[in-house]
This record gives sequence, structure tokens and C-alpha cells, in this order.
Amino acid sequence: MNDWQHNDTPVSSTMLDAWRVDSGVPPEDLDLPDGWEMVIGLEVHVELATRTKMFSPARNHFGGEPNTMVHPVCLGLPGTLPVVNGRAVELSIRVGLALNCTVQRCVFARKNYFYPDMPKDYQISQYDRPLNINGWIELPSGHRIGIERAHMEEDTGKSTHVGESGRIHDAGYSLVDYNRAGVPLLEIVSHPDIRGPEEAKAYVAELQAIVVAVGASDGKFEEGSMRVDANVSVRPAGSDELRTRCEIKNVNSLRSLGRAIQYEARRHVDLYRAGDRPVQETRHWDEEGGRTRAGRSKEQAEDYRYFADPDLVPVDPSPTWVEEIRAALPPLPRARRQALIDAGGDPASCAIAVERDLDGLALAVSAAGGDVPRSLVHIVNNLVVDGAADLDPTGFVELVRMEAGGELTSTQAKQILGEMVSSGRGPAELAVEHGFEAMDSGDLESMLDAIIADHPDEWQRFVDGEAKLQGVFTGQIMKATQGKADGKVVAQLLAQKKAIATP
Amino acid sequence: MSGHSARALAASVASGAVSAAEVVEEYLGRIDEREHEVHAFNLVTADAARAAAEQIDRRVAAGETIGPLAGVPIALKDNLCTRGVATTCSSKILEGWIPPYDATVVERLAAAGAIMVGKTNLDEFAMGSSTENSAFGPTRNPLDLDRVPGGSSGGSAAAVAAGFAPLSLGSDTGGSIRQPAALCGVVGMKPSYGTVSRYGLIAFASSLDQIGPFSRDVADSALLFETIAGHDGRDSTSIPAPLEPITPRLDRGVDGLRVGVVSELAGGTLEGFQPEVLAQTRRAAEALAAAGAVVADVSVPSTIYGLSAYYVIAPAEASSNLARYDGVRYGHREPGRANTAAMMTASRTRGFGAEVKRRIMLGTYGLSAGYHDAFYGKAQRVRTLIIRDFERAYRDFDVLLSPTSPCVAFPFGAKADPLTMYLNDVATIPSNLAGHPAISVPFGTGEDGMPVGVQVMAPMLGEPVMYQVAAELERASTDGTGA
Amino acid sequence: MSEPLTRQEVAKVAELAMLELSEDELITFTGQLAAVLEHAQDIDDLDVGDVPPTNHPYPLTNVFRDDVIEELDDIRTEVLAAAPESEDGQFRVPPALGEED
Repeated sequence: MNDWQHNDTPVSSTMLDAWRVDSGVPPEDLDLPDGWEMVIGLEVHVELATRTKMFSPARNHFGGEPNTMVHPVCLGLPGTLPVVNGRAVELSIRVGLALNCTVQRCVFARKNYFYPDMPKDYQISQYDRPLNINGWIELPSGHRIGIERAHMEEDTGKSTHVGESGRIHDAGYSLVDYNRAGVPLLEIVSHPDIRGPEEAKAYVAELQAIVVAVGASDGKFEEGSMRVDANVSVRPAGSDELRTRCEIKNVNSLRSLGRAIQYEARRHVDLYRAGDRPVQETRHWDEEGGRTRAGRSKEQAEDYRYFADPDLVPVDPSPTWVEEIRAALPPLPRARRQALIDAGGDPASCAIAVERDLDGLALAVSAAGGDVPRSLVHIVNNLVVDGAADLDPTGFVELVRMEAGGELTSTQAKQILGEMVSSGRGPAELAVEHGFEAMDSGDLESMLDAIIADHPDEWQRFVDGEAKLQGVFTGQIMKATQGKADGKVVAQLLAQKKAIATP
Repeated sequence: MSGHSARALAASVASGAVSAAEVVEEYLGRIDEREHEVHAFNLVTADAARAAAEQIDRRVAAGETIGPLAGVPIALKDNLCTRGVATTCSSKILEGWIPPYDATVVERLAAAGAIMVGKTNLDEFAMGSSTENSAFGPTRNPLDLDRVPGGSSGGSAAAVAAGFAPLSLGSDTGGSIRQPAALCGVVGMKPSYGTVSRYGLIAFASSLDQIGPFSRDVADSALLFETIAGHDGRDSTSIPAPLEPITPRLDRGVDGLRVGVVSELAGGTLEGFQPEVLAQTRRAAEALAAAGAVVADVSVPSTIYGLSAYYVIAPAEASSNLARYDGVRYGHREPGRANTAAMMTASRTRGFGAEVKRRIMLGTYGLSAGYHDAFYGKAQRVRTLIIRDFERAYRDFDVLLSPTSPCVAFPFGAKADPLTMYLNDVATIPSNLAGHPAISVPFGTGEDGMPVGVQVMAPMLGEPVMYQVAAELERASTDGTGA
Repeated sequence: MSEPLTRQEVAKVAELAMLELSEDELITFTGQLAAVLEHAQDIDDLDVGDVPPTNHPYPLTNVFRDDVIEELDDIRTEVLAAAPESEDGQFRVPPALGEED
């Protein structure tokens, strides 16, 4: 937010970085060569889910007609004064505690720079005394990423360029909407502890889960509720040096984040290997072109002239208040994952279950003494549907029990689960309605013997090794049982009979 | 009627002895007579004032309860936002801007029944000590039209001095109420920082600005202060504590009160004070002693650094506060520019006057990388020193005394050099830096028969004792003890 | 702080403050600002290393507003009426990167 090419601004071809011009098309393979590692720090802006703005009683809401969610205060009209939204402070403390930060006495500072989207031509932020400091996030992988700070600030408005081709350097004009101006933000700054694009994505996903879990934000990327800037540098693997970093802006999705980091890191390695070096600068991710581009060569001088905002007084959260907030925090993703793992789930599935907010179902199964891994198979594979969150845990526990007890095949269980979600009905009722009663394997075996007897040629070829013929026998028995046979049991019987028949 | 106090006017209107409409016409008539030569106002709101007066009169007739200032005309410095009424800060950059809201003080005045008669001239964005820096031309001192009225609230001081209104409001960042009050021979008071809401006061330097009253006498000053003071949730720096009533203290006298004359400001360390001004200050001290006060000289050593600290802090805050005037949302826009940055630069360059530019640049410099600690950081620490020195002095004294201004009203153009003009604020600035209340009371005359103002300073929230002493000075001045 | 102020510094400060100065103004302002800064040198010699800064004369903390919306009737019409240029309910400005002649 420190130059004229804030977010979504395309950059003209004359502004392309030297690397692009000199080396032509970027290499297809962006993996780093052996011996290099990435050093990544992320700055994540989270819009807080308050009713009103950070310092103004205007409505904080995404969308709406331009300039309707404004008030003299957030328009910075002459004579108006900011007053801190207490709710925004509380939500910020919640996030700080969830990120294992120290919550401290803090002050608001003015960051001075001219920008038409910013009504006062300074941004109220925090500088040398932020609210939350020295925290960490533990990723599902177990790696901890340090949090340097999480400070409060206000958002800017938005400009839209209007011109014939819609390109920023054309003549034309801009229209400014201040609905977003003054929306409360928490800026969460990580230490450069992230080592690759996948880990960066995992970090942001974890952060998103945390801010949503504590009710601080809706965490929606697509509405700009979460915005990520990445500081990327590289170094020889295993060294602890910090080399020149570039800050990448305009990253609008997790996928873009991964791509942008991969691209930028590779660009740095290539520069070093060519005997050159990157320059510290802000770069913009070009989603279409799949590359980062340098900003304007001559950016507005960066001298923000920070000073404590004389219109505001310090925020000094009392230990009592902080402990009240801490006590009221809901279970956080990390603790929820651990609870599932402790119940017998595999870490990968547990992470997915928590991410989808369906870990409660598996825990219900666990509490009933049921088959947790089996429940996780359903959660991971069969509940990626709308309405899954409303599934009745009691019904789910019963379903898993029926399946584990052989009353339902896995295919039948999956079908019934789908109908439970869509209809809200119980599994037993649905199983009866469908006539799902799993065959016992003795019945199956005699039916299978009859089918083999009817197809002697095919059976011989199957025994001789023509594996695809297994499908013929499975299909015949499914037809004969009207789908009630358990596929796994059929496969086992066929394997046994083939072993006996094989000379 | 125009010689009457606001208290007497309000009482007459409330009793029905005189109508608000008659009061307003009387004052509008005065404005008609002399405003062309004084130029106290940027805007006279005659129609709105007449309408407001009619409403008051209807309420009086209906037997409704009316406020303590019902029917009393008041002039407002044109940096106080008034809904639907142009508010300019005497700057081209705000020409034509109409605020969509009222300042908190404006709401409180309306609730008290006061009637606004106009918006008064000022040095652009309250930066100046003579009202010569107005984009709309200077205000003249009603006592001598060849002299300045002081500033920056020169229009508000002149309006009261000329009898255009019995009351007015100004704002005081480094002396902008007290100095023009002294130069125009009226009473002007800067309240404790945080007692009067700044919401709707167009900011100059946020940690120093306070709104305060002008009046012809001390009792009116106290009444107006009590009307506008009190906690406001829209100003984060507003003090959430009730005020001690002042009016009952005004007749109490000063017997036994301890009054310290600040030696640095009364002929000691700092030079440039006119001898007559120092002499009147001494006479004021003697008058208080004669009335029973214990008077002695006291040193407040770091007050001599006040000017330097102020001229770092105030411009720094101003440079940020005035960034928003960029031609995007309101006010002056320079046409025909090809990009936003060029438009903003051109609008600011054409919209601001020279003094405002000087202070913006001074402040920008003091906050910029490499200088912040040496200038702004250091000045904030000097501010602490000044507060500590005052605290030490207030262990031994209830109030402190000094001249308000080093000189009486000076001729136009006499202080064309910025630094010379800045030196005018040397006695008033320390109270702003400390956030303490201070009042200027007319006390005799100086060079060429122009009025002298004596300043009474008090500790944080010390308005009651400050007014108590000011009332005694006023009695001494009018019965001839001093003048 | 004891170095005299240069024209280059004043020019840089003017740029930061988005003010344009003519050559004459640059000379005049440099002299005037230098005089003020020179006067301010008296605080240079003060040892205030262990003195805390004062940001506010009256120390308050935790001044909060309730999270309650204040809707103003047709605020958009009112604020856009004050705009030098507006269009479609928005503030209109020249393009961000248009070329100056």
C-alpha cells in the first residue's frame, strides 16, 4: 500500500523487470536447483468481522453501492476525529492469543503518504508499539512459523480506472469508492520461517482457519477479507543468511500465492547463478502471465514519517480482560487436530477433517467407541458436499457402526450418507427402504460357485491370468444380488477360489 | 443593549423583558455599521440568526424551558464546523466547502439557546498571530484599524471588541485565543486540554488545539466555558470527568491564594517584552497582593524552550493533519492535470498560503527519516520537562501570572518575518504544551494606549481557581487599582 | 540538527508534502525555515535522554466506542455534492499514471 500501484494495477510492458527482458520466457521448470532454499515471510491482512469500521461508526460490510457505507469520520472530513472500535480490539486480541502472541500496551501511529484512496492521506496503523507480538503458528506438518507481530490498522478505499482499454496508463480517469476505507484490519507479519510455496499455502490456510475459528473474520479471499503479501528471498540450503528480498503483492488466491513464490524464488536463484543479484523492491504478481513484475522504477519516495496519532490514546489491555478473552476462545485447529489424532486418526485425514470443520463427527464416533479411521474415510471422501456441516452426529455414528458391523457395504454406506445429508433422515431407516442388507459370505460363495459353473471358459482364462475377467464375475454376482454384495468380500472369494484352482 | 453582558441578555430574554429577535437585530445592526472596516467575519448568517431568534421567542412565549444562553448572539471562528454553513479556515483550499455535520461545541451552543451570527476570520488554518494570513484579507483591530487584532482567532476577538456579539469562540494552539484577546482588550481563555471536545474543530495541531471562549468579562467567559465543556465520546482525548462549577467561585476573592509571577516571562530571561507590558503585569501582581494573595516570583526554567518545542511539534502534527486537502473529495481542485498526483500537488500548491506551506514543510522535515528523533522526539521530551517544571511551581503556587503577549497590538506588516511573528507566542505556548488552562484578562494599557492582557495560568483542570483570580484582576482593573 | 538547511532538503521536503515551489520560493523558504530551525537549536543542548516523551497532556487509555452503526440519511449525496468531480456515486479523479505535458 505504499505506492501508486496498489493492488490490481496492470503494469505496462516498459516496466518489465530486467530479468524478463534479458532472459526471455521463464523456464518451464521453476523448481529450485539443488543447493538452494527459499526464505519466505508473509504479511497477511485480515478484515475484522465488526459491524462498524475501525475508527468510524460507518457500516463495515462487503459490497453495496459505492460510497453508501461512509460517515464523515471515515471520509476524513475536516474536523472529524477517530474513536477506536472496542470490538475490533477484542477480535484482534482473540487472534493474537490464538497465535500465541504476547498482548501488550500499544499505540496507534500515523503512516503518512499521499494516496487518493486514503481519505486522510495518512493511514492509522501501529508502528513501534503493536498490540500483539512474538507468537507462532504450528502447521499440520508440525513445523512452527514465528509471528513477529499482529497489529491493528484501517483499510483504504478502492479506485476503478475508467478508460477505453481499461489499462492504467491510458488517458481516462479513476473513480473512487470509500466503502472499504476505514474497515478494521489486522496485519499479521510472520518471521521468514517459511521454506516453500506449499508451506506458505499451509500457513495461510492455518491462519484462515484460526481467524474464522475465533470469529474474528470470515476469512474470504474472494471478497478480500484476507490478502497476502509475500517477502521472498533465497539462499544456499542450510545457511542462515538473509539475502535481498522482494515483496510480492497482488496475490489473490492460495494457488496464486504458491505460483508467485515459486516463480520469484527461481528468478532470484537464476540471478545469483548468472552472477547478478535481485534488488529489493515491490513486485506484482501477474496471474495471466504467470510471473512477477517490478513496480514503477521511480516509486514515490518511501518516507512514512510515522508518529503517534495525537487524536488517539494508547490501548492498554488489562490482564483481566486478556484472560477473559483467552478463556472464551473456542478450541483452535491445532488442538482439534491433536484430539482427533489422539482418537486414532491419521494426521493427514485429521487435518482435512478440521479444515472442513467436520472433526466433531469423528469425535462423536470416537466417543461412542466406533471406528474412527472408517469415519475419517467418509469425512475425507464422501462429505465434500453442501450441508455436511449440518449432519446429525448420532446418525453418522450409527452409519459407521452399521458399516463396521457388516450390515452395510462401503458402497451402500456412501450412498446412504449422501441421502442422510440431503434428507436429514437416519441410516437405519434409509437402509431398510433401499433393502440394503449385506449378504453373508456363505450365501455369496454358493452363488459364486453357480456363476463359475455357468461360465467355465471365462473362469479358466481368469485362472490362467486374464485379470480383467474379474470384472465379469463381480458384475454377475452384483446383478444376482441386486448390488447388495460387498465388493471387497467378492474380491476376496474370487482370489481364494483362483488360488485353489491354480495348478 | 450591546454593552450588556451575555448573562444579562439571557436573563432579559428568558424573562420576556426583551425578545431574542430584538437582541439579534441590535447586534446585526452593529455589524452593518462597522463590519466593512473591521472584517471580523468571513460570513454573517443574518437570516439563520433571525430564524433562530424567532424560535427562541416562540419558546419563551410558550413558557418552555430555554437554555442558559437563550437569545445570546455568538460568533464562531471559521474553523468550527457548522452543518449547512460554509466553513473555510480562511483558506482557498476549503472555499465553498459545506460541512455535513456540526461540531460538538456548536451542538452544545444550540442546545443552550445561543444564536450564531457568523463565522469569523482567522489566520489560514489558525497559523499566525495577526490574522494577516487569511486568504480573504486581514481583520482590523476595532480599537485602531491600522493595527492587527492578533491571531489566529483575530476575527473572534475583534467581533467581541467591536460589539458584533457579546460572545465568540476561538481555538488556541499556541496562544490563538489569549493573544488576540489581549490585543483587542477582551477576555480570552484556553481551557485544559481535553475539557472541550475537539470534534468539529478543523485540526491544526491535535495534541495542542483547544476551543475556548471570548467575552467582554470574566463571568461571561466562565458561563460560555461551562456551556461548551464536558465529555464527548466523539473525541478520544476528551476527559471523562465532571467539571467543578466555576461561577460560584468568581466572587470569592483571592485572599490567601498563592500567585507566582513567572520570572522568565516577566522581565527575566526572555527578551522582547515591551516595558509597559511588563509594568502592567507587575501592577496586576500588586493588585492581587493588595486583595490578599501571596505573591512571589517563581522560575519555570524550561518555559524558555517552549517556543522551540512548539515550532517542532505543531508543524509536525499540522503537516499530517493538512495532508487530506488534496483536491480529491472536497475543496479546491486545480483543473487540467493529467494524473492524480499532479492534480493533488497543484491543488495544494494553489490552495494553501505561504505560512501554511512553511509550517507543512517545517513539520514534514521534522518527522522525516533521519530527523524524527532529533526534532519531533526531542521536542516531545522537552514537553515533559516543561510539564515537570510547572508541576514543581504548582507545589508552591495556586496560579501563575505573566504577560499574555510581549507587545500590544502592532501595525499591519510590522512582523513580516516569520520567526519574529513566532516570538509573539512565547508566553502563551507553555500552557498549550502542558495542556494547562490559561486566561488573558485586559489590564490597563501600554504603548499608544493599546490594551495589555495579563495571563493567569493554572494546573491541569485548574479552571475554577484560574477564574477566581481572573475575576479579581478584572475588579482591580475596572476600579482603577491597576490601570 | 546543527547542519544548515539546504535547498535540496527543502525541495525534497516539498515533494514529500506534495507542494510545488518556484525557484524564488525555494530560496525564500529555505532561508526562513533555516532561521526557525536555528532558533530551535536551543533544545539541541538539552540532555533529555532519560525523559519520557509527552504525546498527550492528559494521559488516558482504552477509550473505546461501542460497535454500533450510525447511518446518516443520504450521506452519499451530501458528500458527493462537495466533490470537485463525481460520477456514478463515486469521486472522480484524473488517472493514476496519466502523462503530464
